[in-house]
This record gives sequence, structure tokens and C-alpha cells, in this order.
Amino acid sequence: MDRVAVIGASMTQFGQRNAWVRELLAEAGEACLDDAGVAADELDHLYVSNMASGEFEGQTGIPNALAHDLGAIGAYTQRVDQTSASGGAGVYAAWQSVASGASELTMLVGGEKMTHRSTADATDVIASLTHPAEYKHGVTLPSFAGMTARHYLETYDAPRESLASVAVKNHRNGVDNPHAQFRKEVDAETVLESPIVADPLRLYDFCPITDGSAALLFCPESVAAEYTDDYSVVSGIGGATDTHVVHERDDPTVMGGVVDSAADAYEMSGLTPDDVDVAELHDMFTILEVLQLEDLGFFEKGEGWRAADEGITTRDGELPVNTSGGLKSKGHPLGASGVAQVYEIHRQVTGDAGDRQVAADVGLACNVGGFGNCVTTTVVEAAE
Amino acid sequence: MSFEAHRCENGHVTYPGHTVCPECGAEQTATVDLEAETGTLVTWTTSTATPPGVREPNHLGIVEFDVEGGTVRALGQLTTGDVESGDRMTPVYCDELRDPDAGIREPESQSWDGYRFAPVED
Repeated sequence: MDRVAVIGASMTQFGQRNAWVRELLAEAGEACLDDAGVAADELDHLYVSNMASGEFEGQTGIPNALAHDLGAIGAYTQRVDQTSASGGAGVYAAWQSVASGASELTMLVGGEKMTHRSTADATDVIASLTHPAEYKHGVTLPSFAGMTARHYLETYDAPRESLASVAVKNHRNGVDNPHAQFRKEVDAETVLESPIVADPLRLYDFCPITDGSAALLFCPESVAAEYTDDYSVVSGIGGATDTHVVHERDDPTVMGGVVDSAADAYEMSGLTPDDVDVAELHDMFTILEVLQLEDLGFFEKGEGWRAADEGITTRDGELPVNTSGGLKSKGHPLGASGVAQVYEIHRQVTGDAGDRQVAADVGLACNVGGFGNCVTTTVVEAAE
Repeated sequence: MSFEAHRCENGHVTYPGHTVCPECGAEQTATVDLEAETGTLVTWTTSTATPPGVREPNHLGIVEFDVEGGTVRALGQLTTGDVESGDRMTPVYCDELRDPDAGIREPESQSWDGYRFAPVED
């Protein structure tokens, strides 16, 4: 079967932006087309990953708006919403469109505009994904992270400081990412003394609220070289869900959607966790990076906390994780994040990651929606 | 009032109820009232960044109850943040857990009463 290649990639500055969602999407879309030297009217399909432009901004119908703004009128368009994993789900949709033969050239643009809303309002928009039995108690995604972190630390006798090490590492990585919201190192003491948000987790255990956009361009591998020498290949992809009601999971420290989506992605690629050279994980909260390291098969359950603590996942470690700075320091514009993860892996395996470059032929991105409610895992390899 | 978990014909119990049993797909045909039961606090948090209409700080926890044939868990607000994992907890009815008119969700689309959990002395 002809595999699917990534022939163009872009991301905007992440952070507090004065642009609205349409402008952010157009900025990333234009830059992605430029990256590949492709004209907008050549696109067969155009996908937009976005969670909540209607709720945040009162702007719906953004795929059609983007097609018009870019000059891609006539392209088939579709919005992909999978909450925080909208980006990863968009990668899956774009991959399907090319793998199935329905499209010869698909662009995916993910984006979100959030910072014009208060933290409380933005938190409520995101928390609206919860079941009514959860929502009425005022539960937030950070609250789930607090409860899960406490359970993890108590169950596996892991030190609280190990979660701070994740934040320290990802902030360190973000310093070298020109698109990151925060380019500032933090030390463990700062993390551990920052204000409590959801006990035992503190402010620096959480990603910020962010505006931004990222884009990827896909075509069949067989014609990729006609566009560029610097392409990568999506060799495996999988998506899965877990329970909607978070407390119904048998083991609160296992993200079933990560386990299942990774199994599919590994099987399709013919690779194992040992083959992965670099990974972008969904560190919306520090504890999530630890859980994904385990559920993706890199560490045994209960051992993932050692990774950042012992330097295994730092940029010069055995398995660099979140070389981009992760959601933690790069920022988390919901619909853009899964796209920006694959942007980073694409740059890494094509040798174009600048100061963040590590030795990598195989990369993996794991994009988590809800509190593990829906997950997409993607394996991206260097072209042969 | 009652605090109803739902049981399917194969004995699986969930809170809340679902269209079909998430475990086996069978219809949930019976209920189990947890209101007078005592459960164990699995984990908890105190949230200090709460959405509109939610008390601040908001103490939240997951409590596990033993029921015939197994266990069932429920998420709920706690009456106090002075708790530890493993504490014994009992449900306490609250007629409005958050202000239905303050958040993004349509007030008419769901109920807003429910149960908080309070520690019990063994």
C-alpha cells in the first residue's frame, strides 16, 4: 500500500495573540503551503482541527471560512473536533483521506483562540466535555489531574518532586523553540512552591491557555519526492476512546485510549517502543507525561516517574520527550496541539529542528483529549 | 431522595447509569441505592481554580462502595478538604452543587442536585 507522506509543515507563534481564530488558521495554512511550494487551489481536501471556536468566539463554519481566506475554494472541507485531541484526530482524518485515495493532496490546519476569555470561562468551556454527573460537581480537567496524580504518587510511592522534573525539563526544552509561549527555564523549587491549583498539583504542573495554529500537508508517498526532498512518512496511526465518565475506569492510573491507540499505531508501522527515537507527549499536566510514558510501552506501570527525574527523557537522554517544550511551555491552543506535535516530529526526523535537533529517524506523537477520553497516536518516520 | 447506581442483568454496576452496560452491553434493569452506604475515598483533590458558579475551593473525591458482586465508584464534592485517601465516607444530599445559571451548559439540560461525601468516624 502507498503510505502517506508529510510534505509541508508550519506553526505560528504560540501565546497571547491579537489575531482571531480565522486569522490564526490562515497564517499557519499559508506558511504550510509556502513550506511545500504548493498553491492553495491544488488542495483536494482541507481539514480544520478545532474544539470550540463557536464557544470561544462565536465563529462557526471555520473550514469553509479558511478555504475562502486561503484561496482553496472548491476543496472538500471538514472540521475535526476531538476536544484536546482534535489535532491528532485531524492527522488521522487527513491520513485517511490520502490513504483511501479520496485525496491526492490534503492540508490539515489546527488552531484555537482562547486567551481573550478569563481562565474561569476557558476552564468551563473545556470542562463542558464532562458527563452531567461530573459537570454538576464543578469538576475541571485540572481536578482530574490532581486526583490522578495523588493516586499515582500514593500507589507507586513516587516522589512529588518527580512531577516537578517533568515541568523543569519541558521548560528547558521550550527555551530553544522560537514558537513557544514560554521560553524561560524554571527550577524544581519554583514549581514546588507555585500556587496550588488542584492539590497536590501546582501552577507549574499545568500548561497555559494559548492562542495559536499549526498545519501539515499530506500526499501519497509515491509522489512526495515531486514536491520536496524533505518529507517524512506517517508509518503508523491509531485512535481510541476510553470511558466518558473518568471514575468508571478500573485503574485510574491507566489511560486505555493511549494503550489501544498505540497498539494500533505500532502494529501498522511494524515498530515497537524500542524503535522510537523521540516523542511528543500530551503534557497538559505533568502527571500525563508520566502516564503516557507507561501506557505507550516505554516504561513499566509505576516506573514512568523516573524518566525525567533520571534524565532519560531530557534532550540528551536515551529517549528525548517533548523537545518542542511540550504543551507545558510551548502552550496548548486546543485544536492546534496535536498538529504541532507532529510538526515537531516531522522537523526532528527531517533533520530540521535547529537548536532542538536530536538524532532521530522514528518519532511518535500522542495527543490526548478529555482526561484520556479520546486519544490519537501517530508514528512518523524519516523518508527512506 | 436516593443515590442510584445502576445494575445490568449480568451483575455489573455503574454510577451514573448508561444506555447499556459499558461492560457487557446488556440493559441496566435494576438500581442500587448508595445513600445510606459508607464507602472508601480512593483519591481526592482541592481545586482552587474553579469555573463560574462553582464554590472555591472545591474539594472533590472519588469514593468506592462495595455492592453485591463487586464495587462501584462515584465522583463527588467533599464536605471538607481535611481528608486522606482511604477515609470512610458517606453521601450527604445537596440540592444545588453549582449555580446552574453561571456556567456554559444549558441549565435545563441536566440536574444540579446530588451528593457530597462526608467523612464518617468508624
